[in-house]
Amino acid sequence: MRALVAQTAAELRLTLRRGESVLLTLAIPVGLLVFFSEVRVLPLPDGVDRPVQYLTPGILALAVMSTAMVSLGIATGFERQYLVLKRLGATPLGRPTLLAAKTLAVLAVEVIQVGVLVGVAAALGWVPGGDPAPAVGAVLLATAAFAGIGLTMAGALRAEVTLAAANGLYLILLLVGGMVFPLSHLPGGLADVARALPSAALSGALHSSLTGGGPGGGVAAWVVLAAWAIGAPLLAAFSFRWE
Amino acid sequence: MPAIEVKGLSVRYGDLVAVDGVDLVAEPGSVLALLGPNGAGKTSTVEALEGYRPRSSGTVSVLGLDPARHHAALTRRVGVMLQRGGVYPGMGPREALRLFASYYPRPLDPAVLLETVGLAGVAATPWRRLSGGEQQRLSLALALVGRPEVVFLDEPTAGVDIQGRQVIRSVIAGLRDEGVCVLLTTHYLEEAERLADRVVIVDRGRVVADGTPAELVTAGAGRSIRFGAPTGIDVAGLGASLGVPVSEVGPGEYELRCAPTPAAVAALTAWLAERDLPLADLHAGRERLEDVFLRLTAGAADGGG
Repeated sequence: MRALVAQTAAELRLTLRRGESVLLTLAIPVGLLVFFSEVRVLPLPDGVDRPVQYLTPGILALAVMSTAMVSLGIATGFERQYLVLKRLGATPLGRPTLLAAKTLAVLAVEVIQVGVLVGVAAALGWVPGGDPAPAVGAVLLATAAFAGIGLTMAGALRAEVTLAAANGLYLILLLVGGMVFPLSHLPGGLADVARALPSAALSGALHSSLTGGGPGGGVAAWVVLAAWAIGAPLLAAFSFRWE
Repeated sequence: MPAIEVKGLSVRYGDLVAVDGVDLVAEPGSVLALLGPNGAGKTSTVEALEGYRPRSSGTVSVLGLDPARHHAALTRRVGVMLQRGGVYPGMGPREALRLFASYYPRPLDPAVLLETVGLAGVAATPWRRLSGGEQQRLSLALALVGRPEVVFLDEPTAGVDIQGRQVIRSVIAGLRDEGVCVLLTTHYLEEAERLADRVVIVDRGRVVADGTPAELVTAGAGRSIRFGAPTGIDVAGLGASLGVPVSEVGPGEYELRCAPTPAAVAALTAWLAERDLPLADLHAGRERLEDVFLRLTAGAADGGG
């Protein structure tokens, strides 16, 4: 228990100490939220009149993706390259405790992100609706899915490749994830592909649960989220090389 | 019971045989040095003992346990220093030691350990900004924080400056005095000679010599007399005068292929004195460990290029 607490605190400190990680997980989401709320250039789905109403759930989804996939994947990739994971294997810490600590650290960062983003959104005039309970469920499922993707990259690729691939994937999923640009404005075929990805599924689930029946993904979004939440961690578990 | 006992250990990577039937024994309170050229199988041997490397055959016992089967139990009693890396790049020595201390039931005080390895002055400097020697000393401290009974050190002084090497050596000597069994690999022959109770020389996965440093150097005794003198002396004349083969093995370095008896030494110095030649140095009797090492691993150097 003492090791779990110490390891979680260490993971959290290291994450908050990395400037690029804070940029990605806090500065960019806050910046996008403020910019596109104030500068009205975005297309909005039918029935939504103020950008902040549409953007807030999508930016929350972006924040979850940046922490669970990009930040976790890159950090773990470098820990593998610097033989930190190998060295920890020779201590009594144990892999289950290490994984638990990483999970808790990711959840803690997400709590910070949600706090900051909800505060900024409220200041911009966001009025939440619907029920936050399914939103929490969607975030947990998506965290498992994105962490699985990030760790799959971290466990198979060189750290520099993981760095580039995770950032590239982040940009793609941001563009086709219904986070900033509505899926309804994508070409039909691309929108169908996007709906099968965890990014659009999460933003869809958050849109429908946080705006009270706004543009969402319906049951399909939850099925997609659950499938990724099971499949991606399994893939990571089977493919991960510790050194 | 020995702290480490290895019988017939083999480690293969596909077709490559990295370790080929190695035997080792080390007692508590002793230092065993594993010496050998690059690629001799030192790290593969150590990693099989640490439980990282699956073995192809042989038996391995660390503190009476099999590292492949009782890895979790051994992590509490064994300290490990990898050849490189192993620490979060953004973490300083104090933070890393406190974190590792939390893994163990009865850890050493991180503050005391920082002083011991001479890192108190850089306690908050992130790992990636430490010098190579400071990184090695932190890795050593991390291997010790859990009060291990057996410590594996893979080239602990590689790339370390002289002061750092002295700190590391004095820590290793202290461990032995406390009853810890230390197995280290090294390239530094004089380090093995000074630190180790027992030296095992490996070459191409096999043990080619095993003994105390004194035994290893005496085993090769009686082979030659070496001396230094001006370059280009008349080796043919000297050889004829003494009745033994003489060769100039390096510029101004000569070797007499004969038993290093006092009579032979007297004849040599008399010959030099008659010609008014200075004697730069004289080495008779035991070989240096370096000579033993080079003689035993010469095949590797020829074949390896």
